[in-house]
Amino acid sequence: MSNQHTSSLRVPLVGEERTLGQLTGEICAPMERKPTGKWWVAFALAVATLAVGVGMVSYEVATGIGVWGLNKTIGWAFDITNFVFWVGIGHAGTLISAILFLFRQKWRTSINRAAEAMTLFAVMCAAIFPVIHMGRPWNAFWVLPYPNDRGSLWVNFRSPLLWDVFAISTYFTISAVFWYFGLIPDLATVRDRAKGLKKAIFKALSFGWNGSSRTWHRYETVYLLLAGLATPLVLSVHTIVSFDFATSVIPGWHTTIFPPYFVAGAVFSGFAMVLTLMIITRTVLGFEHLITIRHLENMTKVIIVTGGIVSLAYGTEFFIAWYSGNPYEKFTFMNRAFGPYAWAYWTMVTCNVVSPHLFWFKKVRTSPAAIFVLSLVINVGMWFERFVIIVTSLHRDFLPSSWSMYTPTVVEVGTFVGTFGLFFTLFLLFTRVLPIISIGEVKSVAAFARGTHAPAHASHPAHGPETPHEHPAEAPEPLPTPALAAVAVRKDMPV
Amino acid sequence: MSPSQSVLLSYFDSEEHVLDATRAVREAGYAVHDVYTPYAIHGMDEAMGLKSSRLTWVCFGAGLLGTTSALALQYYTSVVSWPLNVGGKPFNSFPAFIPVAFELTVLFAGLITVAAFLLRTKTFPGSKREALPRVTDDRFVLALRADESDAKLRQMLERHGALEVEQMEVAS
Repeated sequence: MSNQHTSSLRVPLVGEERTLGQLTGEICAPMERKPTGKWWVAFALAVATLAVGVGMVSYEVATGIGVWGLNKTIGWAFDITNFVFWVGIGHAGTLISAILFLFRQKWRTSINRAAEAMTLFAVMCAAIFPVIHMGRPWNAFWVLPYPNDRGSLWVNFRSPLLWDVFAISTYFTISAVFWYFGLIPDLATVRDRAKGLKKAIFKALSFGWNGSSRTWHRYETVYLLLAGLATPLVLSVHTIVSFDFATSVIPGWHTTIFPPYFVAGAVFSGFAMVLTLMIITRTVLGFEHLITIRHLENMTKVIIVTGGIVSLAYGTEFFIAWYSGNPYEKFTFMNRAFGPYAWAYWTMVTCNVVSPHLFWFKKVRTSPAAIFVLSLVINVGMWFERFVIIVTSLHRDFLPSSWSMYTPTVVEVGTFVGTFGLFFTLFLLFTRVLPIISIGEVKSVAAFARGTHAPAHASHPAHGPETPHEHPAEAPEPLPTPALAAVAVRKDMPV
Repeated sequence: MSPSQSVLLSYFDSEEHVLDATRAVREAGYAVHDVYTPYAIHGMDEAMGLKSSRLTWVCFGAGLLGTTSALALQYYTSVVSWPLNVGGKPFNSFPAFIPVAFELTVLFAGLITVAAFLLRTKTFPGSKREALPRVTDDRFVLALRADESDAKLRQMLERHGALEVEQMEVAS
């Protein structure tokens, strides 16, 4: 059975060899020690940024959405750009945890937990925008279909905006369940190490998990089912978001290429964001042997592919605008590239079409610093993509007398910056209170690094970069018998 | 079902050992109570002789329920309760109902399957159940429904790498 892990052709998934106990200890360490100075600095910055956002949203809600730079021509701009941007960021999390799981890509194990958390936080950030865009967020529940006292008035199920409501709320719920479900065994691990109040909290959170194989067996089944459900969900969410545009009649929006193009773009930007976060996390927490260069490299390869799809989509859009013979369509695209927002268009092209190609070089692909910079560049580019699609399509519509320009106000920029504060605040808290690497799953692939139990390590030439082992695999320590004896007399232990 | 039953716990330090031991004791005709492991071991279901879970059927049924509910809700609101003429489109504009139907299918299937899992495995917030020492960390425990007196069994377990074998009374 276990020989499948140890082909000499396979590169180990986690670096240096570790015993199972060492893995548990290392992954739990950030939760058990006091936060470092660096963490406090980052947290203070994130909370300060979040405060800016809270201030801006409060001001906007108190005053009305007139404080935004929108006008009669451009009725959607910064808020919807940010909404689509953040929803897109979230997609990589589910992609890593669900699609890579279905494809049996075991390299996902070190990054899936953090990526799923990222999804949740990104969707929270995204949800803020449509809600405040309503102008009266306290009436947000009107988007739900419920029997009400306003006659038999229902929501309009034929509107893509309502589809969004269902898509985003389902996406958030299923992502949260998927994430928590994956956490249960790890919460039990933390519970068994903790003491006092922390133990009580984790005891409640871990649902009485006891590592039974009968439970594991069902757990694996349900995990697979959830992955199978989440996979089409990822594709559907951004497809439905793209319907907001594609079902309209605005040139530049009304295109059938939008659904796949939006999904590819979402994965593209999401992977860039995962890379940004993972590079910071592995450095700050010292998880270089768990989130290895190989993980980073694999993600950059996904970026090359999705970047390629996005570039192809840009080209196809332009070609069809000309080939369709529709003068409005053609004008919109010429205006995008050479009109007043050409700077935004060319920023997008530089960041999204040109920069991913640097990843063809192995030197770039394996340098965390280079990947970090490029991942930021790609995120900027993807934000501009949404801005270009939304603003340039609207600002010169069918009627030249209503042509207009759009500039975001301080309130809009502040709100957007504030969502980054929210995102990083939540992520930093997450690194403190929960295991950010899936302990159970990493252990199951640790055999890749360990080889067999025999000292076969030296005989495996393909063991990747040979590193000096700080923690050589030890001989199994004897089990503390008194502990077992104490349990053995307990009759209430429903084993 | 007796109020308490006797199980023989044997501790192992690796996936391979516990798998081998489980296979061996089952072949020798002993009843495996359960195996406790820090992570899911592939092949353990086979070694223990577990049947595939029926939760997949729960998931299928829940998904079907989701689709039906979504279509029924949309049909009722848009055709029966408040038919609204938008640009002369049919009230029952089925293609427009697909996105919401899909989302609710996934939502129902996901939530109900997880709920069914929690019910079936008796895991819930506030459960008093505890894990054996180090099982959630780095030890693997094979629990057999067997008597202490069986020296042959102990020998067999030790031959397969059991670090420690202990008899234990558990509530059943």
